[in-house]
Formats: sequence, C-alpha cells, structure tokens
Amino acid sequence: MKALVIKNLAKTYKGGVEALKGINLTVEQGDFYALLGPNGAGKSTTIGIISSLVNKSSGSVEVFGHSIDSELELAKQHIGLVPQEFNFNQFETVLQVVVNQAGYYGVPKKLAIERAEKYLTQLELWGKRNEKSRELSGGMKRRLMIARALMHQPKLLILDEPTAGVDIELRRSMWQFLQDLNEDGVTIILTTHYLEEAELLCRNIGIINHGVIVQNSSMKALLAKLNVETFVFDLALDSAECNLDGYAYRRIDDHTLEIDVIRGSELNGIFSQLTEQQISVLSMRNKANRLEELFIHLVSGEAKD
Amino acid sequence: MSANYIAFKSLLTKEVSRFTRIWLQTLVPPAVTMSLYFVIFGNLIGSRIGQMSGFSYMEFIVPGLIMMSVITNSYSNVASSFFSSKFQHNVEELLVAPVPTWIIIAGYVGGGVIRGLLVGLIVTVLSLFFVDLKIHNLAVLVISVLLTSTLFALGGLINAILAKSFDDISIIPNFVLTPLTYLGGVFYSLSLLPDFWQGVSKINPIVYMINTFRYGFLGTSDIPLIYSFSMIFIFVAVLYSVAYWMVSRGIGLRS
Repeated sequence: MKALVIKNLAKTYKGGVEALKGINLTVEQGDFYALLGPNGAGKSTTIGIISSLVNKSSGSVEVFGHSIDSELELAKQHIGLVPQEFNFNQFETVLQVVVNQAGYYGVPKKLAIERAEKYLTQLELWGKRNEKSRELSGGMKRRLMIARALMHQPKLLILDEPTAGVDIELRRSMWQFLQDLNEDGVTIILTTHYLEEAELLCRNIGIINHGVIVQNSSMKALLAKLNVETFVFDLALDSAECNLDGYAYRRIDDHTLEIDVIRGSELNGIFSQLTEQQISVLSMRNKANRLEELFIHLVSGEAKD
Repeated sequence: MSANYIAFKSLLTKEVSRFTRIWLQTLVPPAVTMSLYFVIFGNLIGSRIGQMSGFSYMEFIVPGLIMMSVITNSYSNVASSFFSSKFQHNVEELLVAPVPTWIIIAGYVGGGVIRGLLVGLIVTVLSLFFVDLKIHNLAVLVISVLLTSTLFALGGLINAILAKSFDDISIIPNFVLTPLTYLGGVFYSLSLLPDFWQGVSKINPIVYMINTFRYGFLGTSDIPLIYSFSMIFIFVAVLYSVAYWMVSRGIGLRS
C-alpha cells in the first residue's frame, strides 16, 4: 500500500515564483522518509499541498489511495501534521489545544481526554496540561504540536522540522518517540536541517532543490555513493611538517590536519607515516556528517544520479 | 454522535469560551454604553421629545438599541476571532482537519450569534430599569434577532477572511456598520423623514431588522413585516453563499 503518491505536482505562487516544477514522489506505508532540501527548495510547499494548506497549480496527490481532489476529507483523516511554526492558540491550555484538535476530527471528548493523557504523558507534558500553551518552553511547544497531530491517530505523520531549536537531549528523546511510532506502523515523513537526524531515523530519502526532486532513493543507496571521507586529525602542538604519500591532505593550522580517505580503505597507512615522521595524533574525527557532504554535493549540482 | 456534530460542538465551545474568558472586553462595554444611551437619550433628552409612533421615546428606542448591540457584537466577535486565528495561524488546525466548510462557518457564526444574543439579553435586562417592556409577538422577536445576528456574524466572517491587518477589521464597523445603524431608524421613525429620504433609507438593510424587531415589542413597524423578513432572508442567503465560496476556495486562507 502506498501512503503517499505525488504525480507531476506543480505550484506557482501569485507573484510568479515557481515553487514546485512537477515533482513525482511515492512513500510506502510504514516508511520513515526524509524530505530534505535547502531553504526555499519547495519542501514546505509540498507539505502544504498534501495537508491542504496550499492550493496546487497542477498534478495529483493521493494519501492512502484517497485523492485530495475528490476525497479530501478522507485523505485529511489519515494525515497528522506537525508544522514548522507554532500555530496553536497561545491562550488555550495544553489540554484544550489537543482536545479541541481531536474534536475537529470527530473524536468524542471522553476518548480525546484518554488519548491526551496517553500522548501528553509519553511526551512528558501531562503535568503541564492545565498551563497556558504560551507559557511552555520552545521544546515543550514542539512536543505539544506532535501530541496534537497524533490525537486522531493518523496513519501518515508529516513533521516539518520538528526538532528545530531543541537541545540535543530532548532531540534524542523525540527521535526515540518517533522511532517507536514508526515501529507501531505510522508512516512518517520528516523534513529537517539536522542531517544526522535524517541519517539516523530515515530508511528512504528525497532531496528537493529549486522545486525539483534531485534524489529519491534508499538512505543506504545514497550513502553508498559517497566514496571519499574526510578525517580531521588533531595533532600535538609541536608537530613537525608532514608529508603523506598516497593521500590528499591539507594542513589547516599548527595542530590540525585534514586527510581525504577513499571509502573502505585502511587508515593504518596514515598512522604509520605519521609515526615515522614523529607526529603525535591526539584525536581523530569525521570532518562532516556523511549525508551532509552528499547533500551539499547534490544541491550544489556537483553530483548527479 | 457524528463526526460533524463533534467538530461543530468543539468549534462552538471554543468560540464561546473565547469571548466569555475575556468578558470584561466583550460583555461589559456594550452594557455600559447602552446604559448611557438609556440615561441620556431615553431619560434626559427623551422626556422632552415626547411620543414617537404612539409610544414614549424610551419605549421606541429600546428595541433599536438592543438590536444595535446585537448587530455590533455578532459582527465584531466573528471578525476579531477569525482574524486572530488567521493572524496566529491557528485557523490551520481547522483547515488540515476533515471539517466541512459549512461546519467551519456554522461554528464561527454560532459563536457570534451567541455573543450577540447574550449582549442583547444583558441590554434588555438593563432596559427594564428604565422602561416597562412588553412583548407584542415573541415569534417575530426571536426570529428577527436570530436572523439579524446570523447575518452580521456572516458579515464579520467575510470581513475577517478578506482582512490583511487588524485595521481592516475595524474599517467596516466604524465606517459602514455604525453609520448604517444610526441611520437605520434606531432613534427615529422613518415616517418623520421626507419621502425621498424614506426611499433612500430603504436601501439600508438595518432598517428592516430594526423595524421587524421593534414590531416584536411594540406591534408597530414602518415597513410591512413580510417585506422585512424577505429582505433579511435574502441578505442571509447571499452572505452565506459568499462566505461558503470564500472558505471552500481558501480565499485569504490558503496560498
């Protein structure tokens, strides 16, 4: 079963800005899918059209087999949306926000309160249920939006940068929560600027740039394309100049060395040469997240499928 | 319970709790304003005016003043609530949910109608301190106040849909609604006007509402009842159609 099928989706805004240029995308039921792209690439427009906050110019969208043109209300019933901006009523309490939203989906109040307790507890907000939502911290507001989106138990959850501005500890607990949801059968589409988040969570990935899908594949297949990794070596302060045969390298400063290594090759050669030259290595790390490197290549047009 | 009923109840409850939560801004000011009208126009000036259409001036203006408060409150409730939802983007909660357009309209308009009726009731109770009100025809009274508050709640919704700033939701009440209400026969009988101005007044929809409502209390109207009701029905139908078209097309709501 396809959770989402997008065909030739195009959107041109009134001012003439062509946000989407006929994209095609399919997300399978149960998938954890990353939709990535730089700012202004068309991610939020795509999400807006799926969730009927933006009118499309042409093309079609089906959610679990229901077209947003002919069966909009059925399609909406399957979608839970966590938007980028806080868009709940800041004057309502946490409980009112989630229970009202459940009501819009036809969930009776008694059941809505049961679900509110379940999701607010899981997201560590139950204790705050009677507080005004504007009084919550940024991280709590993000979690409140996730709880609100789950109140009608959607089969497809769309999260538009859900961890933006959230500290790493909280981000990790949100990752675990989303992974558990996905294991329970909820299809998840995630947009994020934290690429390690996409790499960690998602099985499939689409990269959109200038309104065009430039990459749509499994995460494994995409990462396999990366054939060079850059390592950063922190050297002891009194290290001499080095000369590494067979490696591309750069001396960044007195105690930092960057070395490009072909994926899969051993690092022992590097250490042997550095030891021979009496250069002490204090620590070593990847220069950047692997996906981040690919992402930059793809959106800057340096790599093609 | 059907999903639509639950959605309507949720939206209506939210709307009613919004204006009751800020009762000092929504319920008290019209009560104070209308009390001043009763004291100044009814008691102090009215006693010198004498009778109007066979009733004391106070008896004559009370139905109009009640209707005036119903009109302004029904309108401003929906205009400010819907525009605030748009401004804070929480209208998106409704737009992403499978709520039919007519439920969205009914929920917001219902909230406006309830506030209008509540304020109307408060003003009516206050008027009892100044005049001995009698009801001539309860059915006419109830139907006219319901239709009028519905009409202006719809007007407030359309205003909010089209508004791009908070200024835009105050322009219509200040520059259209208030003059039309004052010229709608709240303070005078149309029969006092020259023929030409009587004809001009009949373009003003508020004339029909105030006269119908006044008939419910006093049993007298400048315009035949059937004609007034027909006009109000037509206005309600037209504004509902416009509001439905706008919300379903996402005008002012979707990019």
